[in-house]
Amino acid sequence: MKYPKNGRFGEFGGRYIPETLVPAIEELEENYLKFKDDKTFKKELDYYLKVYAGRPTPLYYAKNLSEKLGGAKIYLKREDLLHGGAHKINNTLGQVLLAKKMKKKRIIAETGAGQHGVATAMACAALGMKAEVYMGYKDTIRQKLNVFRMDMLGCKVYPVYSGSKTLKDAINEAIRDWITNVETTYYLLGSAVGPHPYPVMVRDFQSVIGKEIKSQMKKINRTPDSLIACVGGGSNAIGTFYPLIDSNAEMIGVEAAGKGLKSKLHSATLSAGTKGVLHGMMTYLLQDKEGQITETHSISAGLDYPGVGPEHSYYKDTKRIKYHSATDAEVIDAFLMLTRTEGIIPALESAHAIAEAIKVARKGKKSESIVVTLSGRGDKDVEEVQNYLKRNVKD
Amino acid sequence: MSKIKEKFAELKAKNQKALISYIMVGFPNEKATIATVRGLVKGGADIIELGFPFSDPIADGPVIQNASTVSLKKGTKISKFFSIVKKIRKETDIPLVLMTYTNILYHKGYPEFISEAKKAGIDGFILPDMSIEESKEYLKAAKSNTDTIFLISPNTSNTRIRKIAKVSTGFLYLVAVYGTTGVKTGIKNYTIKAIKNVKKQTKGKTPVGVGFGISTPYDVKKYINAGADAVIVGSAYLKLIEKTPQNKLESKITSFTKSLKKQTIL
Repeated sequence: MKYPKNGRFGEFGGRYIPETLVPAIEELEENYLKFKDDKTFKKELDYYLKVYAGRPTPLYYAKNLSEKLGGAKIYLKREDLLHGGAHKINNTLGQVLLAKKMKKKRIIAETGAGQHGVATAMACAALGMKAEVYMGYKDTIRQKLNVFRMDMLGCKVYPVYSGSKTLKDAINEAIRDWITNVETTYYLLGSAVGPHPYPVMVRDFQSVIGKEIKSQMKKINRTPDSLIACVGGGSNAIGTFYPLIDSNAEMIGVEAAGKGLKSKLHSATLSAGTKGVLHGMMTYLLQDKEGQITETHSISAGLDYPGVGPEHSYYKDTKRIKYHSATDAEVIDAFLMLTRTEGIIPALESAHAIAEAIKVARKGKKSESIVVTLSGRGDKDVEEVQNYLKRNVKD
Repeated sequence: MSKIKEKFAELKAKNQKALISYIMVGFPNEKATIATVRGLVKGGADIIELGFPFSDPIADGPVIQNASTVSLKKGTKISKFFSIVKKIRKETDIPLVLMTYTNILYHKGYPEFISEAKKAGIDGFILPDMSIEESKEYLKAAKSNTDTIFLISPNTSNTRIRKIAKVSTGFLYLVAVYGTTGVKTGIKNYTIKAIKNVKKQTKGKTPVGVGFGISTPYDVKKYINAGADAVIVGSAYLKLIEKTPQNKLESKITSFTKSLKKQTIL
């Protein structure tokens, strides 16, 4: 689905928004369509992606991990090496440049783990803009390092105390700010969610991941048998999968199973959700029988969200992409295994993808190759992991 | 003719404008809702908007957000809501409009939800996150059964105002300010202009109600003078409900409503 007609991926997506936002969303779409193929814009974005963010990122053969598992070869797409420590900068550079073209003076964003907030603050600092970020109160505690980073970058962080005090509520608050300041403000959404055109625009900015994977695999004369990425809102996953969607590769999105899908303490929207409308889009949601959004849980703040990008909902229903999940416990094991075998500390979000890759690699043949998008680095998570290990002492 | 249309026709004959009062059902409990409705009717409200809580009310400010959270915690379910509506219907014939978010209707199914609401005594719907582009199934389900009230913002283009007016029945809900519900920003010039413009664009065919941030008799008078056919007061009621002991609720609501209603009589 190149550019979704009426903003719909099949039946998913759309634009369920308060009327006040309609002119702003229309203006955004108009400008996005104008600039996305504009040569100067693309050149400028490529420049910043290359010399500022550090693209292209390497595709690393995880030899030790692969040999330890004894099955398929695991390749890591190293988005964790990007400036700021996550794939989020791909999108924020694109959108901040666009906001500048649109002559917007003020940028607001939401953040879960704080990676999108940091990437927004960095892109804004580099491009001479001011950013303000909404973050669930619970997330400001468990990701306080990122709050401090945003602070240092000159970005205002507003803790959000409503609802579950996580990413969902940060988005609610950012939308309310946007409604109030619609005439001056650009809302920089961090995932492939929200009203059209955000899902397609964020996908396009993140597609640089999949495009590079394609050419990097070609260089070593391989084609990926499996592609694996974690899914919260789903931006690194759709950026990984979309450029290869017409290939034969198996694609697996990995959601957060938290304390188990039966426990209700999870964020596995596609694995356990039902269709509904939230944050301007029709998509799978975690909700109760009455259509009230339920509280989610994940050890990783970045996946702790009861919705998912509408394009993922579409690929779930068409069965092009499989959606699996990993529990907190599996994620910690994967986190430690990658850290010890390869000396790479993954973000807890990305460790969900690693957990799945471990399962797939074990079953795979040595001739097969798995590409895992390592969406971010885990420096922000070491305290959380330490706490988890203290609570769950193992032998 | 729908109950809402009848009401506007009746008011026109009396040379009055409409006072529309919003409350959140189940805030802080069912008893308070019933007492408040009695007060509203006695005080002279013309239409009552009944809020059904949603977990993520993106168009609402802190007052309605809090009322939603309280109402949900107290166990306001859809069946409970409809049973309260039925109780209200036994006491009064006043037009009742249900205000909630799209997902509540979508999740149950538009036809199922709307027909059940109609049966209970609901006359119209306001869904602040329902845009006209996404409204096909919703409109089909509502048909001639119930009024579908859409919102207009001061930044809505003229072409779009006319499109919205085509599918909006009962009245048009003009959002007074850029912002969420209940936020006091004072009366803006752009709102006064917007009222006049919407009236002009719709040629007076559909009544125009103004809401968001209206809390005093003074506000009501200002907007009525600018040409509004109705004013909608919400958060101010919830604040009053919150600070009034239950045994005084009905009389307090009555007197506050009277003070607002007075300003709509020309």
